Amino acid sequence: MKRVVITGLGCLTPIGSSVSEFQNALFSGWSGIGPIGVLPEAIDGSNGIRFNQMAAIPNFDPDVHLTSSVVTATNRTAQYAIVAARQAVKQANLMKHHAAEDIAVILGCSTGGRSSEEVETAKLYYRNARVHPLTVTRTMASAGASHISIDLRITGPVFAITTACASATHAMGLAFQMVRSGAVTAAITGGHEAPLTFGFLRAWDSIRVVSPTSCRPFAKDRDGMTLGEGAAIFVIETLESARARNAEILGEIVGFGMSADATHITQPQPSGAARAMRKALADANSFPEEVGYINAHGTGTQANDSVEAVAINETFGELGPTIPVSSTKGLHGHSMGATGAVEALATILGLKEGKLPANAGITTKDQVDPNINLDIILGEPRILDPEKDLALSNSLAFGGLNAVLAFRRYTE
Amino acid sequence: MEMDELEVERRCIDIIARSKLLSPTAVTREMTFDQLNIDSLDKINISFEVEEVFSITIPDEALTTLRTVGDVIEGVLRLRRLPIPEPVP
Repeated sequence: MKRVVITGLGCLTPIGSSVSEFQNALFSGWSGIGPIGVLPEAIDGSNGIRFNQMAAIPNFDPDVHLTSSVVTATNRTAQYAIVAARQAVKQANLMKHHAAEDIAVILGCSTGGRSSEEVETAKLYYRNARVHPLTVTRTMASAGASHISIDLRITGPVFAITTACASATHAMGLAFQMVRSGAVTAAITGGHEAPLTFGFLRAWDSIRVVSPTSCRPFAKDRDGMTLGEGAAIFVIETLESARARNAEILGEIVGFGMSADATHITQPQPSGAARAMRKALADANSFPEEVGYINAHGTGTQANDSVEAVAINETFGELGPTIPVSSTKGLHGHSMGATGAVEALATILGLKEGKLPANAGITTKDQVDPNINLDIILGEPRILDPEKDLALSNSLAFGGLNAVLAFRRYTE
Repeated sequence: MEMDELEVERRCIDIIARSKLLSPTAVTREMTFDQLNIDSLDKINISFEVEEVFSITIPDEALTTLRTVGDVIEGVLRLRRLPIPEPVP
């Protein structure tokens, strides 16, 4: 089977609208979480929710990037995808070297064009108003993938995967498998999401897992997640094609594992997550001793972080408490179907720079939950042990859907 | 017990029974959530219904302490500032 490498990175996130901005924030611990303020749809000046923080992309103006016809036809979620994809494709110089029919576009997206759906439904239900004719194309979860293919004239396999908070990781895993098998020579993959809508924020408020203070994964006093938005997109291709065209190789995808808990729609199970990690390691033909970093799903909820810690220890046994682990959600928030891609970007940059991002939200050992038996990276980024240059990026979604990607620092 | 409290109890039991597709007569104040097979998501769902019916807000801290049908009833009474019956010795 072919080796699969990463040759293009792109992102639009609450902590950076370019990869260099994202990287600076990632390693300096700058958080994009801020006050929600009063939403335009708020009733009597109140959002009616228990929390007042989210991680939004600041000052995004689609008109700067896209034609008026594309802006009209799309929701923000697809706009994020197009803009991030263009960055990655430009860096990789992809279109010059691969036939359009040999490139796939496989993206994760969970909520589709949520804001368009809410606005049009409200108009319909409360005013019996006409529904905008582009509502269907704005709301479909595959719109981001389609618009990238149209924007770049890519004619290979193009589709979206939706597995809640693991969507992007499943998408990247499938893209990896397709490139590795030779089904395509390159793929544009990752995830995108724009879920910060009045209705969605209210829905998350009702399920009571959003932090009323701030997201601090693995903290003893953690009290929930912080919702976010964004896109992270990658160009991946075979090692031979990257070498043949002398492309800069930014990292390597070496394994992918997935599993389902098959137990509960919201309560995660350690055994399911552990199985996905073991499968990713086996797929990478690697051993636990080679793992030098785990980017945890680490939502900051009581349930997720406890279960994930148990799962890591179940997977790695005695090595579990010695592997550096961090969650970066305290910086960029939890962007649902995009979050796996954003965290994959953090993982790839960590390996590339030899510097592992710190766990956002807490800085000292005494703040860590004593029941979490992991080596949480605190305060400052940790230098990567060059002998352990394999990293996992975990995504554990509602519905018990687990996906884990294994990355390696690229060496000849 | 005053009528108001009986009505609170009846409505709480009705909400819990409906959420588990049970007859209200099959649910008693003494029953635990475990006995009724009420998991964390059921608890969120029941709390949401209870908040709607009684126009109250159940604080997150209170939610974590609910273990029995009686806890729900007493919590509603407390939040409605109604007197809670003395425990039977």
